Amino acid sequence: MIMQQKNIAIIGGGPAGIEAAASLAGLGHHVWLIEKESELGGHLRLMYNLFPDKRPADEVLQEMLSHVKNPNIEILTNTQVADCKQIDNRFALKTDKGQTLEADAVLMATGYRLFDAARKEEYGYGIYQGVINSFELEAMLKNNTLKNVKGEVPKRVILLHCIGSRDEKVGNHYCSKVCCVTAVKQAIEIKRRHPETEVFCFYMDIRMFGPFYEELYREAQEKWKVTFVRGKISEAAANLDGEIQIKAEDTLIGKPLHMRTDLLVLMCGMEADTDEPVAKQLGIERGVNRFFRSTDNYTLYNNTNVAGVFTAGACTAPMNIIDTIANARAAAISIHEYLKK
Amino acid sequence: MNPTPFDIFVLPFTVGMSLLFAYLILKYASWIWYFDRDDKLRILRGLFSLKSLKAVKEIFLESLVHRKMFLVNRRLGYMHFSLAFGWFLLIVIGAFEAHIYMGGAAPFYFPIFFVYFVPDDESFFFARGFVQLMDASLLLVLSGVVVAIVKRFYKRIVGMKSTTQLRLRDKMVLYSLWLIFPLRLLAESATCGLHGSGGFLTYPVGQLMAATLPLEAIEYPLWWAYSIDLCLFFIGLPFSRYMHIPTEMVLIFFRNWGIKLKPDNPILEEVMVLSCPRCGVCIDRCQLNTAVGNHDTQAVYFLQRIRNHEQHSAQAKNCLMCGRCESVCPVGIDLNAIRLRHRQNFTPETFVPQYNNAEAQKVDVVFFTGCMGHLVPKTKDAMVKILNASGDRYWFMDADGGICCGRPMKLAGQTAAAQKLMAKNRQSIIESGARTLVTSCPICYKVFREDYNLEGIEILHHTEYIKRLIDSGKIKVDKKNLAVAYHDPCELGRGAGIYEPPRDVLGSVATLQTTANERKNSLCCGGSLANLTLPSADKARIAEQAMCSLTANHPDVVATACPLCKKTLARTQMAPVEDVAELVAEAMI
Repeated sequence: MIMQQKNIAIIGGGPAGIEAAASLAGLGHHVWLIEKESELGGHLRLMYNLFPDKRPADEVLQEMLSHVKNPNIEILTNTQVADCKQIDNRFALKTDKGQTLEADAVLMATGYRLFDAARKEEYGYGIYQGVINSFELEAMLKNNTLKNVKGEVPKRVILLHCIGSRDEKVGNHYCSKVCCVTAVKQAIEIKRRHPETEVFCFYMDIRMFGPFYEELYREAQEKWKVTFVRGKISEAAANLDGEIQIKAEDTLIGKPLHMRTDLLVLMCGMEADTDEPVAKQLGIERGVNRFFRSTDNYTLYNNTNVAGVFTAGACTAPMNIIDTIANARAAAISIHEYLKK
Repeated sequence: MNPTPFDIFVLPFTVGMSLLFAYLILKYASWIWYFDRDDKLRILRGLFSLKSLKAVKEIFLESLVHRKMFLVNRRLGYMHFSLAFGWFLLIVIGAFEAHIYMGGAAPFYFPIFFVYFVPDDESFFFARGFVQLMDASLLLVLSGVVVAIVKRFYKRIVGMKSTTQLRLRDKMVLYSLWLIFPLRLLAESATCGLHGSGGFLTYPVGQLMAATLPLEAIEYPLWWAYSIDLCLFFIGLPFSRYMHIPTEMVLIFFRNWGIKLKPDNPILEEVMVLSCPRCGVCIDRCQLNTAVGNHDTQAVYFLQRIRNHEQHSAQAKNCLMCGRCESVCPVGIDLNAIRLRHRQNFTPETFVPQYNNAEAQKVDVVFFTGCMGHLVPKTKDAMVKILNASGDRYWFMDADGGICCGRPMKLAGQTAAAQKLMAKNRQSIIESGARTLVTSCPICYKVFREDYNLEGIEILHHTEYIKRLIDSGKIKVDKKNLAVAYHDPCELGRGAGIYEPPRDVLGSVATLQTTANERKNSLCCGGSLANLTLPSADKARIAEQAMCSLTANHPDVVATACPLCKKTLARTQMAPVEDVAELVAEAMI
């Protein structure tokens, strides 16, 4: 039996949205891929390379984008959904450009929000130039501009894990998963380019959950001599030269530590985008971690409490690119099954 | 002179009253016995001084009129006032009436049962007047009893969200108290009904009873019931919360004579614990109740556990020490100090402090930002900017960190470690030769003022210091078009009484809004160092409660003067939060 072509609105043109659009179009559906920025790609656009294989992020993105060049996919960039209503089992989406899209299903692929490191004032982000976040370091690696505040190659870089992750004080009790391995990846990249630069990672726990992450962690220690210190930094301050002084405790030897560094990189975690208007209008439920709640974490991961509304990628939980792609394909199948009924 | 009247039904009352008096005399004598030498001397010196007169005045105002309770809650104040003052009037007027009738030789049970013995004798001085006055006093007490009974079942009648949950023992004594005055009314009215006498209250009630009830049969049992009920109440009193009635008066004397709570002497604490009337005013003030839904740690319950020798280590620890309860306690019990005493009993002394070895510099002003100050670099940098502009020679004592004022350890009950730190810091401060010590942290500020013994050195919170710099023209500021709501930190406001300097400073750099919970009534941010057991989510709820109140008038910025408050309030992300020093540094010209 040939199915009548259905319309699906995908909100968010990051890796999850792109991959889901390609899969749904491949299954014969018509897709609107709605992206508020001028280009597709989301946070992936900002990345230099990807763990664990260090494949360039651009290469991965271009390959993914080649799959959405499909007559069944209408890409709406610079577009936001201004209004969304459920009418029976269909959805009427009004864009800020005045278009009205009548969709049979909606896929939320709205991704995540990077934790604002200024909320941890003790680390001096936004106050001292030498304190940057992990995406700013990634941009330095991407643009080949890794410099200290004096414009020199840094002699020492400290990466501090778990900023806004597993931190009840800022209301984020959960682990953002990707920051540990990102720090390892970035530490290796710094050492690869500047072997004379000392690189330290300060961590609470190292969580190498994915395939080949543990190998990457060993490589960082054995091949690149990155130093891992178990202990969180308690505070940071700049001296007159712009150097950052940190106070920490090495909890493995139980000694307090005072160190200076050219750059302090805050490995920021992921937060749910709770301001997202479509989710509010449709009444999509969120979990205690504020990410979208799945109907069932085992068998209906991409379903929400609203029939016809699905989720994919990091809007459901902190997620890396590999898992996001797999999750987006799973969402596409879930939508396809729903539309068949 | 009249013959001494007697009936066997006065015995229960007489026995109960005598037992109560004997118990109280022994109890109070033992307290004085166990006071240390200094306190005994204070009592001796105070006994025949003006201090005792002041105490009598305070007893009249607080124990009888319940002035402070009126200030906190008018309806609850009326309830306590009518019960206490009305009963007081019944005793005093009754005593006059009885002694005038007996020519000064009335036995002590006689005024209590006067109407039974003298139902219709109007021959003695002011007899008609006494009847009316006694009726009026009884009516006053009865009105309080009605409020009290209604309050038990409908607490909103006195404007309370929560009232104290009572134990069985307290309930039995409570019911006996409720019964005393209705029984008195019925007994007196029965007698008056039989004799056609009585005042404006007992006469009509008596007539009504005469018309509807077999008065001859019930009059005598009613007087028995009245006497037995009094006996029950008096015997139950020492074992119930009503022990507060006599003990609060003793506490007022002790306090006026200058006796203070000491860590090593439990007597005054026992006096305070027994003085708690369990009025429950502290319950609605406690944010662990209003924001978190905890119903067992409030001062009234904590004291109750101490009194009943029940496990109370969890309650000792689960307290923000914000002082909101203490600031409204009608009895003036040192609630924070008692809580702290009980932490010392439970916390093992395990902490080893670390010292800072910064060498003292010879200066005019020592600046101490404190551990928490280092966690808010914007505030710290603002203070450095202000100090640089002040022209004062200053030493930033803990610029490299690694130093603690000692108070967090003190609050955790780690007294020995705290004292080591304090001695070390004190030495550095004195060596600097400075005349002024400025700190950004109200927690440090309070400990510098109270425990450091820095004679000749003026201790200022940075808001006080900034106010002086502005007033003397040492720094110049521009008033900005900025609406600011100010959050009083617990330690700075209720803790140290600094309410105006931060407001004065804010007034010169921005437009200060008023908020619903200000000064003494300020809400706690929830970040208190004093509570090491409260989960983060509960602390966040308390912070949100405080921010809701602060942002009601939509200020551009919420200002505060404590690094801990700043961090805690900022976490809510409900409005930008800045320290007073930051706003000043931004407004400097």
